[in-house]
Amino acid sequence: MRNWVIVVILLLGTWLLLSADVLMSTTSVAGSIAAGVVVSTAVALLFAGRKMLYKNIRLTPKALVYLLFYPLVFLKALLIANLDVARRVLSPSLPINPAIVEVKTNLISPLGRLVLANSITLTPGTLTVDIQGDSLYIHWIDAVSTDVQSATEKIVRGFETYLEVIYG
Amino acid sequence: MEITMIAGGVVSLSGSLFLLLGALGVVRMPDLFNRIQAGTKATTLGTMLFLAGIAIAEPSWIPKLLLLILFIIFTNPVSSHVLARSAHHTGIRMSDKTVVDHLAKTTEQRGSESLQGDEQEIAAAKSKGGER
Repeated sequence: MRNWVIVVILLLGTWLLLSADVLMSTTSVAGSIAAGVVVSTAVALLFAGRKMLYKNIRLTPKALVYLLFYPLVFLKALLIANLDVARRVLSPSLPINPAIVEVKTNLISPLGRLVLANSITLTPGTLTVDIQGDSLYIHWIDAVSTDVQSATEKIVRGFETYLEVIYG
Repeated sequence: MEITMIAGGVVSLSGSLFLLLGALGVVRMPDLFNRIQAGTKATTLGTMLFLAGIAIAEPSWIPKLLLLILFIIFTNPVSSHVLARSAHHTGIRMSDKTVVDHLAKTTEQRGSESLQGDEQEIAAAKSKGGER
């Protein structure tokens, strides 16, 4: 049930964003939104049953707050990542110290792992190369530590504290 | 009107600056993985800022630009990850500066059949090329 509701909300949100300029100029706003609701529900009922991607997402108040807060954490990390890359690229000596390190994640749900892997890819000097079981293999442009424990602490922990609450 | 145009232009310009840095990174980095690193981060923020600049200059396009930014955030890291993963699986050589490669160790331990399969395919393709 939860899975379907979330798919409907996502589809409807996409529809509203796509048709916002039409909605603003049309006279039958309610009709357009109703059409969106009907079509989103139909599409969700037809296709969302195959992969229950959002089945395990948590909707407790704390999880919702974290869900709203996470983009800010992510954007900050993205900005730092870019300044970091800019610094490395512009300095004449090209200060890199690359390695592929293994890190462990406590996240169980596939969606949580997907968001974690994507977040790692977009943040300072790290790129997710592979996932095997609960191990993520990260290409690290400036490997400060190469053992699993401390690398996990440095790369994963910052995101995981949020994602654990949201996705479990 | 004028001010929003100028503000939007400044934001777009800063975005293109990040794109330029990303391109510079792709040229300067020593191996494929480091190039992907530079490319992914710079293009994500660069494109986001570029679209944000357009949004400031033309507020009626905000919903669609927001959607574009979301698609970029979700698809960009996935494509980079797939590139890096397939590069590692086909055994692209890493830079001499590389300190350690845990993934190679793991696949060696497992005696990964898929890797051997890949190597056989490559060898087969090479011998075919030789025959021609």
